[in-house]
Amino acid sequence: MRIPRRPVFLGRIPYRRRRLRDAARLLPLFGLFLLVLPLLWSPPGSALRLLSGDLVYLFAVWLGLIGVAAGFAPGLSRHADDGDDSVDGDED
Amino acid sequence: MPFNLLVLACVSYVILLFSVAFLVERRARRGRLGWLRSPLVYTLSLSIYCTAWTFYGAVGYAARSGLEFLTIYFGPTLVFVGWWWVLRKLVRIGRQHRVTSIADLISARFGKSNLLGVIVTVMAVITTTPYIALQLQSVVLSFGVFAAHAPDGSAPLGPGATAIWVAAGLALFTILFGTRNLDAKEQHHGIVTAIAVEAVVKLFALLAVGAFVVWGLAGGVTGVMERIDASALSSWEMRPGRWTGLLLLAAVAVICLPRMFHVLVVENYDEGHLARASWAFPAYLMLMSLFIVPIAVIGLERLPAGSNPDMFVLTLPLTEGQGGLAMLAFLGGFSSATSMVIVEAIALATMMSNHIVMPLWLRLWPTGAMSEDVRAVVLNARRVSIAIVLAMGYGYYHVSGGSGALAAIGLIAFAGVAQFLPAMIGGIFWRGATRVGAVAGLLTGFAVWAYALFLPSFGPDAVLSAALLSDGPWGLSWLRPQALFGAQAMDPLIHALFWSLFLNATAFFLGSVLTFPGPVERLQGAAFVNVFEGAVGPGGWGSGHVEPEALLGMAQNILGEEAAQTLFEEAARAQGKRQSILPDPTPAFLSDLEQRLSGSVGAATAHAMISNLAGRGTVTVEDLMTVARESAQLMEYSAQLETQREELARTATALREANDKLTQLSVQKDAFLSQISHELRTPMTSIRAFSEILAEGDLPPALVARNGRIIQDEARRLTRLLDDLLDLSVLESGKVQLSLGMANLREMIDRAIQASEQVKPEMRVSIQRDLAAETLFLRTDADRLTQVFINLISNARKYCDAVQPEIRIAVKTKAGRVRIDIVDNGSGIPKDAQALIFEKFARLPGEMRAKGAGLGLAICREIVANLGGTIDYLPGQGGAAFRVFIPLRLEVQAA
Repeated sequence: MRIPRRPVFLGRIPYRRRRLRDAARLLPLFGLFLLVLPLLWSPPGSALRLLSGDLVYLFAVWLGLIGVAAGFAPGLSRHADDGDDSVDGDED
Repeated sequence: MPFNLLVLACVSYVILLFSVAFLVERRARRGRLGWLRSPLVYTLSLSIYCTAWTFYGAVGYAARSGLEFLTIYFGPTLVFVGWWWVLRKLVRIGRQHRVTSIADLISARFGKSNLLGVIVTVMAVITTTPYIALQLQSVVLSFGVFAAHAPDGSAPLGPGATAIWVAAGLALFTILFGTRNLDAKEQHHGIVTAIAVEAVVKLFALLAVGAFVVWGLAGGVTGVMERIDASALSSWEMRPGRWTGLLLLAAVAVICLPRMFHVLVVENYDEGHLARASWAFPAYLMLMSLFIVPIAVIGLERLPAGSNPDMFVLTLPLTEGQGGLAMLAFLGGFSSATSMVIVEAIALATMMSNHIVMPLWLRLWPTGAMSEDVRAVVLNARRVSIAIVLAMGYGYYHVSGGSGALAAIGLIAFAGVAQFLPAMIGGIFWRGATRVGAVAGLLTGFAVWAYALFLPSFGPDAVLSAALLSDGPWGLSWLRPQALFGAQAMDPLIHALFWSLFLNATAFFLGSVLTFPGPVERLQGAAFVNVFEGAVGPGGWGSGHVEPEALLGMAQNILGEEAAQTLFEEAARAQGKRQSILPDPTPAFLSDLEQRLSGSVGAATAHAMISNLAGRGTVTVEDLMTVARESAQLMEYSAQLETQREELARTATALREANDKLTQLSVQKDAFLSQISHELRTPMTSIRAFSEILAEGDLPPALVARNGRIIQDEARRLTRLLDDLLDLSVLESGKVQLSLGMANLREMIDRAIQASEQVKPEMRVSIQRDLAAETLFLRTDADRLTQVFINLISNARKYCDAVQPEIRIAVKTKAGRVRIDIVDNGSGIPKDAQALIFEKFARLPGEMRAKGAGLGLAICREIVANLGGTIDYLPGQGGAAFRVFIPLRLEVQAA
């Protein structure tokens, strides 16, 4: 019995869309990494580490995440309807 | 600042909210929503995440634990930035299945189980009651701050009275706007807009206080940075366990908190809004926490030691003589508290009415869905539930005496709702999750949370005895509430979160793996997990016997007359009925109706109501299998079609080839007819001419003899042609008589070579033979086979155009068959002619007018076929090459 298959290769625009979704999926993991990174820094109180520095770093990461998410949002929402491409069912 | 002014401001603010909600409701009823349903309002409504705990408590949290408070905002940021993972699916499921609350989601996913609905509802009420108490407490505290600063010291209301007034006012507001109507989609435009207004107020208030602190007190950004580094906060140490644990906790809470689920999923008007909120909500959170650290640092620096850091947002402006700013800050805190309480109360009341009151009512009066106005029952149940929720919040506040830091209570509530996570995420991503697993997971997680975190939070000897806390129950030290299984080194909150979620997920997994889901569960599981792949079969209703009138009556009771009639009429039109507004109760219609109803009363109740009428409460496994079989049959059918299509294509190709060949043959035949006429006419003409000459007489005898010979030759040629034709027709009809016998192949070839020397006798041809291989005896018709060889060798002599002609004869025996190749070294036969050379009358273009009429190879083929072999042209041998296969021993045919 023949099961109808989805196309194996995609055009340029759908291909870009898929990669945008991949990037959107990766963004929170990347953000998490940046947010726990200060755990590896030198202990507080030393001259190398100031609370204001931590504060500025964390807010900078925050702002960066917001900016990237804002950049992704229009491209993601425009084609949010054309079916799901769950991680395993991805075809390129 | 006079206390009365404060009350006046409060009351006017509340009146403002009332009017906003009222005006919006009126617009919504007229169907003019416009910007009221924009992504901006959606994002702002999400800001109920920031409660009074954020507004006041974050500063206190920062003053006590440094930057740790940021994790409470980083968690949601990660969840929203990664909306493509979970939020998108949640919102899609919520819209598609008209989910009314988080309890409804979990109950609907696991087979519309009412038991699960009740469990989740009870857990949600227990975990969020302290949280509501917390909001009341913050309002009371803020009133207290103003009372303490009042010049005349007049405080007409005590803390308890304030809390009562606030709770009652909130209950009134929520009941008025939260239970005005029973919307099919459970959306409250008025309240959402009022909450958006409150979101703006609290953000503006906090930013104003922050700006005043940074630029008014600390001397700008650089000044603040210096003071931060110089303050006591700078010695704060980032603890890995708490930092990551709280990140996780906040990330989980933002989707599991009933009120967040309500605004995020239930009140979602357009999925596209989520994309905008994915960055706008984190941006809102960032702005809210921008000035928290400066306010905490400056507060610690300027205010007398021992003052409550939770109230710095109010006390800082007050001590600096900024009465107006303090008033603004107070309103900000007030809106944070009120908006949270309102939405939480609505969310909890929806759960309580849909999962506790309605099922009970349906059980007690099974016919009630028909006879009474269900809408009134549902709405009243909600009103009472709202009052109960607020009364419980007040009761908790009263009993706990308003103690404890704000942040601690908030985190305990977070850890409580986090127990919904495994069932929820497992439910929407894993088809194998079952109802038993979900119940086991939820109960386990909840029990561990209560034992390890909630009950100890009241302090030793309050609920759990001090001895139990320090030594464990019955002296079992590995069961100590705050050091389960010996995990002593952990922070109590992280300890409880870790064990509760771990045991919860384990129970959920084991329960799911070890049990078998019911049919409805499996249908719902497939529909939830594959929500992006379209609908999964019919909703599970068989086409039972149910009166459409009864259905309409029930739908009217719940949805309202007009909405229900429109729904039925549309369905009837869709079924092609023009006369009646009552559609046939098809399975598709029933499941559609059920979905509409579940938007009002929850999935489990809607399912129960329709089963009351349809007579059959559940689908059976057989129904499921029918659905599966039907789709399998469809797939099989389409596969059959596909095979047939391929077969047709193959046949068409074969037919096309046959047609081409026929056309070619027809052309050949025409050519032959003209040729054969010519062949016959030429000898006839010469015979006639010479016989006429002879008939005239008186010719010299030499001439007579010559003419006679010519006539004889021509007559012989004519006879041979006719013989050939006759021979061929006999061979083709298969009526040929074979005289079988043993014969030596070498002798046959010898004879053939000798006989073919008559052709172009002047030509010197070298013949290569393999005598050893040729020496073998065949059982065949020797004369006929020799005829084939003569023909082939003569052809080679005739047509070979090499300067030194050469014929190679190779013989090989293989598997009971003899292979004879006859190859010359001429230029061979052109490719396009190869397919036709064995056809009758085939002649190569430009072929010299040799004897015969192009019948030789056709005869050969028929002879070989009669001898049980094959003859083929062998391309690519350097010249013309023919390969003959003959069986070693030809059996006598029965004929």
